[in-house]
Amino acid sequence: MRGVVRGLSSWEAVVVIALVVVVAVGALAIEGVASPRFWRFVSLEVIPIALIALPMTLVIITGEIDLSVASVLGLTCATMGQLWVWGVTSLPLLIAAALLLGALLGAVNGLFVTGFGLPSLAVTIGTLALYRGLAYVILGDRAVADYPPEWASAAIAPIPGLTIPWMIIVVAVLAAGFGVVLHATPIGRGLYAMGNNAEAARFTGISVRRTTFWLFVATGAMSALAGVFWTLRYASARADNGNGLELAVIAAVLLGGVSIFGGRGRLAGVLAAVLLLGTLRNALQLADVPANTLTIITGSLLIVSVVGPNVVVKLRARKDRSWQRGVPWRFSPR
Amino acid sequence: MTTTLARSASRRLRQESSRLFVIRELGIVAALTLLVVVTTIVNPRFLTSQGIKDLLLGSTILAILAVGQTVVVITRNVDLSAGSVLGLSAFATGSLFVAAPGLPIPVAVVAGVLLGAACGAVNGGLIAAVQVPSLVVTLGTLYVFRGIDYTWASGRQINAADMPGAFLSMGNTTPVMTMFAIVVLVAAGYYLRAFRSGRELYAIGSHPDAARLAGIPVGRRVLAAFVVSGALAGLAGVLYAARFGTLDANAGTGLELNVVAAVVVGGVAIFGGSGSVYGAAIGALLLTTIGSALPALGVSPFWQRASVGALILAAIGLDRALAVRLARTLRSGR
Amino acid sequence: MVVLELRDVSKAFDAVQALRAVRLGLRAGEAHGLVGENGAGKSTLVKILAGAHPADEGALLMDGRALRLAGPADARAAGIAVIYQEPTLFPDLSVAENIFMSRQPLRGLRRIDARAMRARTTELFDRLGVPMDPDRPARGLSIADQQLVEIAKALAFDARVLVMDEPTAALSGPEVERLFAVVRALCEAGSAVLFVSHRFEEIFALCERVSVMRDGRLVSTDPAAEVTVAELVRRMVGREVAEMYPKAEASKGPPLLQVRGLSRRGAFTGVSLTVHAGEIVALAGLVGAGRSEVARAVFGVDRHDEGEVLVDGRRLRNGDTAAAIAAGLALVPEDRRQQGLVMELSVARNATLARRWSLARLGLLTGGAERRAARTWGERLRVRSAGPDEAVSALSGGNQQKVVLAKWLSTEPRVLIVDEPTRGIDVGTKAEVHRLLSELAGRGVAVLMISSELPEVLGMADRVLVMHEGRLVADIPRALAGEETVMLAATGHGGAG
Repeated sequence: MRGVVRGLSSWEAVVVIALVVVVAVGALAIEGVASPRFWRFVSLEVIPIALIALPMTLVIITGEIDLSVASVLGLTCATMGQLWVWGVTSLPLLIAAALLLGALLGAVNGLFVTGFGLPSLAVTIGTLALYRGLAYVILGDRAVADYPPEWASAAIAPIPGLTIPWMIIVVAVLAAGFGVVLHATPIGRGLYAMGNNAEAARFTGISVRRTTFWLFVATGAMSALAGVFWTLRYASARADNGNGLELAVIAAVLLGGVSIFGGRGRLAGVLAAVLLLGTLRNALQLADVPANTLTIITGSLLIVSVVGPNVVVKLRARKDRSWQRGVPWRFSPR
Repeated sequence: MTTTLARSASRRLRQESSRLFVIRELGIVAALTLLVVVTTIVNPRFLTSQGIKDLLLGSTILAILAVGQTVVVITRNVDLSAGSVLGLSAFATGSLFVAAPGLPIPVAVVAGVLLGAACGAVNGGLIAAVQVPSLVVTLGTLYVFRGIDYTWASGRQINAADMPGAFLSMGNTTPVMTMFAIVVLVAAGYYLRAFRSGRELYAIGSHPDAARLAGIPVGRRVLAAFVVSGALAGLAGVLYAARFGTLDANAGTGLELNVVAAVVVGGVAIFGGSGSVYGAAIGALLLTTIGSALPALGVSPFWQRASVGALILAAIGLDRALAVRLARTLRSGR
Repeated sequence: MVVLELRDVSKAFDAVQALRAVRLGLRAGEAHGLVGENGAGKSTLVKILAGAHPADEGALLMDGRALRLAGPADARAAGIAVIYQEPTLFPDLSVAENIFMSRQPLRGLRRIDARAMRARTTELFDRLGVPMDPDRPARGLSIADQQLVEIAKALAFDARVLVMDEPTAALSGPEVERLFAVVRALCEAGSAVLFVSHRFEEIFALCERVSVMRDGRLVSTDPAAEVTVAELVRRMVGREVAEMYPKAEASKGPPLLQVRGLSRRGAFTGVSLTVHAGEIVALAGLVGAGRSEVARAVFGVDRHDEGEVLVDGRRLRNGDTAAAIAAGLALVPEDRRQQGLVMELSVARNATLARRWSLARLGLLTGGAERRAARTWGERLRVRSAGPDEAVSALSGGNQQKVVLAKWLSTEPRVLIVDEPTRGIDVGTKAEVHRLLSELAGRGVAVLMISSELPEVLGMADRVLVMHEGRLVADIPRALAGEETVMLAATGHGGAG
């Protein structure tokens, strides 16, 4: 327990406390926040963001970034829709195809980054456009929406006796898996080492390229899983599914205390931030606060999440920072 | 004897490095020419005066944004809020004309530029004063400025009828619009090449710590770069209002990715220190041309995004290959 | 005549008093040496002269007048040029622009006069006697050439005070000589030079006077002709250092590391060498001869194009560091901060990073196991730190090097490659490292030591291998190894062996 407390940096504690405060104040001040239905909506909204935020946390901790996640989600949706139109009616087959496609798209990102040594920021801006573009090529402006209604109800079915959808259990299990890998295995130690100093990591026998490649593959597969959930939940496959979601995911990861420079952050903080943003959005909607205020709040929180810790660090004034590179965001100097 | 040898070796080296530079700039021009020629052969109507006019009008706004983005990217930063600043400025221009119908056009232009500069100052101030990564800050202000735009518009729409006819016809007169782009381009290009503070922007992007040690006021220069980028986004907003006439809070949504794409395609290194505004402007022209060439070629317009993505990947791949070659040449000589 | 004077300058970072009432006068036309252990305050002094840090107390006087430095720009304006250990050039900009950044010659409307800038750069290089193209980008220049550009920078604004912080750390012998010639010429022209170095022979070769710092104090200043190395060392550490190079004889065992015909394009060609159990083999040569590159390829950090590496008779997979570690190989790299350590992480994480897999139970790794392991090795190597959770960046250079050693010794390697194991660490720790290497050899570890310090090479090694321009040119047994034989081979004139 002491280890857990010590592990939480001051910023993660701030996020967790903010979450508690938002829930408490919301429950008292806004009618409906205390209701089980509210939490059902929050969970449904949070599931795809959380699914993508899990691998994204690892990617950003290693000092890379993946901006193409929402486009992978969109292309997955479009492909599932087209397969359905072509007569593939087996759900397991559709899901398997989607996950495989996601892994493949992630592998393309990984290949460009690790194989050709290109900066992930530029590569995934490219594939952001490319994958979304391919989704449009497949579906155009059509929407595939004639899935069996049982699929949607199965995807969002609650845990028996509760209102929360059972998919939350899947998310929780995956989160536990990612958390253990990141914080309690030799692989996780390697990820932090890579994020802080890729060269030192190589001199320690960590295969930086291979690890980075597989992280991009995992991110692609998880984005595809989010795409499967998206398709089933809304019973609709469109090329613009999840458009702009990458910003929401990255906002949540950074708000959760993960450093954009890599090497710093914990999964617990990210999960708290995902919940915080989801709860806030739904609570304010209940309180009839217009959606645009929410946009402003999200943006401001994001800025606070980098400015806050930085001001704290500045006040503490580290003795020796000469070894820190003055790079505004990290890249792979291969 | 040795001196002569060294001199001739150094001349060879200089030729080689400038040749590689020229290859990069020529590469985009060649791609552009190829695209235009092929499209014209397939569809002779592509290069009519109307076609050229549409192309130039269409690329003006993107080119101006790309110039501003280049100034920022050169310093190893990025401005993701450009699209939101454009939206805000466009709506402000419309509202200005609604409030004061007889307003002279130059006043509206200046107002838009000032508004943009103020937004840029917010970005640059946060980045320079607290030394936080620009990627995160401008991602935050992307939300915030857009949110302010939504709040201000609150669902309203400004129509062409609300704006003076002279203003709208300016937005559809090719020479005037192109003149804006060319003046901005040449001014920025000359400033970056011929003035100390312009060269200092390259120095900052090339090696931020060395810049600090060399006594360059890094914070002030970065702030100025963001103010310039904001001001140009503001100008682009005014031109956007003049060109399209119909304005709501969504103007310029998602444009930031096109701008970054134009800059990357134009050969500006995403991690600062090298690249030119001319390259970025040609990049903008190329992206716009692809948009109008696809329908002329009889290709579904849904291919546009995908081809932009592929182009980005090709551009950064080419940059990488050229850099490797240049490095090999440079190592071999003095 | 004293050009620049420090009068009772003090500086503290948080609780650490880095400088205590330092008094120092730099005279025109004189090179002044400054020595001291790591953490003695030399770098802080340099940073204050550079205007990068303000002094807390005391005063700087230039020609007897008080000088206030609010930033690096002020220091330059006052005529103080600083050359750091790692050159600070802009890789994307041309050499000429690097020299004249922010001070480019101007023509009308305050525009840069590129032609004048190029002409003046050529003039500067002619004065320095180096043929370098003013228009080439700084990217790709060797460290020595980068230092020359830094000197040209100082010349360009007629620096009256030249401060050099270990400028020779990465230079080869001839490069050092060329640098010294330039510095002497500067002195003759009336500049004052402050020369910070760990290498005594260089201090004595260049400087008229030499000062010693210890614990933030300036403890002595003497004419160089009147002090001995032993005396300087005693003042630096505050005690006698008994023995510098304590290599004990050890019995030679079977060959553990065999390298056969190893080549990597552009780095080295046809390198074959064998290191036996219990042996310390030194790999000498000039900087850039390809020694570190061989070490990297043997360890699998870089791939090799030809040849093979065998550890205890088993061939290693090309470019697979993890396999090399598993086979019992360890490499203490050249650059501690960039390659040896992850500066942001704790002492415990760093010390256990190389054996994180063997510390894991059922695939799970706990902080407790790491801290226990780190504490054991920390005590064994006498690492001075606040504890295993302290950030490794907070340690002194010598203690950081001990953490790197702990990281690799804890894997219980059979073959240990050390690349410049004592670079930039204080004299006391240096002796400890030497004792440790000797001990390891005594226990049957095969040690391959890359070092640019000849006394270290000659004192420690059973055998000296010499590289020159990517090739192994000499294999000299201990009995025959002398400064002259090694240097001749390293400069391409020897070849006996």
